[in-house]
Amino acid sequence: MDATEIGLWGVPLAILGGAIRVSTPFIFVSLGEAITERSGRINLGLEGTLVFGAMTAYAVAVMTNSPWLGLLAAAFAGLFFGLFHGWICKFRGVNDIAIGIALMLFGSGLAFFFGKPFIKPKAPNLPAIPFGGWSDIPQVQAALDVNVLFLIGAVLSVILWWAFRNTRAGLIVRVVGDSSDAARAMGLNPDTVRLLATGVGGALAGIGGAYLSLYYPGSWTERISSGQGLMAVALVIFARWNPLGCFAAALLFGGAGALGPALQSVGVTQGYYLFYAAPYILTLIIMIVTSSPTRTLAGAPGELSITK
Amino acid sequence: MTDRFLLSRRQLLKTSAAGAALGLASAAFPVSRAFAASATVGFIYVGPKDDYGYNQAHAEGAATLKAIEGITVVEEENVPETVDVQKTMESMINLDGASLIFPTSFGYFDPHMLAMCAKFPNVQFRHCGGMWDKAKHPMNAGSYFGYIGMGQYLNGVVAGHTSKTKKLGFVAAKPIPQVLLNINSFLLGARSVDPTITCQVIFTGEWSLAVKEAEATNALVDQGADVITCHVDSPKVVVETAAGRGAFVCGYHANQSPLAPEKYLTGAEWNWAKVYKMFVDDLVAGTPLPNFTRGGLADGFVKMSPLGPAVGEAGRKQFDATLAEMMKGGFAVIKGPLKSNKGAVVATAGQAFPETAIELESMDYLVEGVVGSTA
Repeated sequence: MDATEIGLWGVPLAILGGAIRVSTPFIFVSLGEAITERSGRINLGLEGTLVFGAMTAYAVAVMTNSPWLGLLAAAFAGLFFGLFHGWICKFRGVNDIAIGIALMLFGSGLAFFFGKPFIKPKAPNLPAIPFGGWSDIPQVQAALDVNVLFLIGAVLSVILWWAFRNTRAGLIVRVVGDSSDAARAMGLNPDTVRLLATGVGGALAGIGGAYLSLYYPGSWTERISSGQGLMAVALVIFARWNPLGCFAAALLFGGAGALGPALQSVGVTQGYYLFYAAPYILTLIIMIVTSSPTRTLAGAPGELSITK
Repeated sequence: MTDRFLLSRRQLLKTSAAGAALGLASAAFPVSRAFAASATVGFIYVGPKDDYGYNQAHAEGAATLKAIEGITVVEEENVPETVDVQKTMESMINLDGASLIFPTSFGYFDPHMLAMCAKFPNVQFRHCGGMWDKAKHPMNAGSYFGYIGMGQYLNGVVAGHTSKTKKLGFVAAKPIPQVLLNINSFLLGARSVDPTITCQVIFTGEWSLAVKEAEATNALVDQGADVITCHVDSPKVVVETAAGRGAFVCGYHANQSPLAPEKYLTGAEWNWAKVYKMFVDDLVAGTPLPNFTRGGLADGFVKMSPLGPAVGEAGRKQFDATLAEMMKGGFAVIKGPLKSNKGAVVATAGQAFPETAIELESMDYLVEGVVGSTA
């Protein structure tokens, strides 16, 4: 076997590489959504924010020739979308889910509109750190080219997990999410907290979008997201609103998504549609195994409109 | 949805403005001017019309019609292959007065376009693909397609000369006849250089899934493929990912060489402008439109991207010779003896299917040497 043929080893390697490459947008969007939902709101608009973030990052990177400025612009665009959602939801009788859906369509539509002139030009990509230098197998090196955003996402999930338990800000977000009345009694303004939480959530989703257009797959097209933002919102429930769980779920989704192409590449060519359904089948199995008929969903914030 | 409302409002504004202008004009110039024959032509795309690929190729063709006097082009992009496309067709007919519609995506045909054909017998529908069958389908429908498999054969010739690992990679969307023919042609082109070459195919299951296409490309390169081509709606992601991993690429649909100037070998491109002009000329002249339109390299329906800097002397020579052979007509990519990769005989010795052979439009096999499965 020569160096270019790795045979069946390609499958676990592709799952590992896929988990690292594909999971990053899921990590950022689901962490953002975890913050928002912990404060008692659901922002379904993150799919739109993701697409708009991808477009903004690409456009700014093309114009300034700096992917970092693109990333920053995407975060700000996401922040703006989040704050907009938070601001509208402050009014009486406004349904956060409906606004989320509206913002999802609005974000995508706006991104398509402004993004037209940026489909053709090429933007500079975000750099990757080669962790595979120890290996002389090119496939391993390629799989271990890790983008800094993935590492930031990993660190961020630990920080958030810790912060929700141990910091004042984390506890404020949680109390607002669990009971508006209790929060008001403590002298907190739930609307302000939720506004900020949705804003931060949007900014993280914008960064997730920047990863899509500036690193992997690394170009701006209108089909860049294909529903990843929505999937990430669902991951938060799957992860029981736990940031570490979000990270793990994102890895699982990324890895399972790489299974289909990897199996075909080693010659397992029958039934690829079934392999493409692997992430969803896996989710279903885990949901069924971990669910219980005798207790309610553990960890769900009490103020969420779906649990109220 | 919003698009359609906009369309109707825009149309309303346009019509009322035109009405007002006409009123003014007829008041000012009582002698009316004879108008050239006018018609509205509708184009429907499944994706964005600047995707470096399938939809862009059609939109570029449509754009050339706008220069023809009396022809109005209406377009709608990102229309899913669902009942949505029926609504789009209805609004193009009822609101814009379209008399000829080109639903350009494969899945628009059955049942959507057929339903509209029955509902609007005076409107002409021409579908891109090979679905129209005289025995089964109405006469106001039709299909047009180009023999782009020839282009993939030429891609294969160049790939065969360039590959060092003797393994090629193909990222494909769905196992339909046109895609299978492209995969088979690509491999057979390469095997005309070296009969030991194999081609690994990965089906993504959808026409446009950026992340999955990138994963598929990475998986192919991981398995040692060093020349990659594809049949997806937007080859941009495949081309960039493959070039990023150091593999060579052959393009498809449109010219993607600006995306990877060093790694781009050549590409099979559409030239729809020619086809659409043909249809519209017939429409303006009032002659019946053909129902079954096909053409290849010699007819100008298909063209090749200029050869890239990585193509060697031997590759260039065989490319030019094969292209010249194809331009004469009658060139057969699928010719016996040939087996499918499941061992079934698809062409016996002496049997040849030139590009015009209708049997090729119902292809359901991958030839020997292609690693992959149609289901």
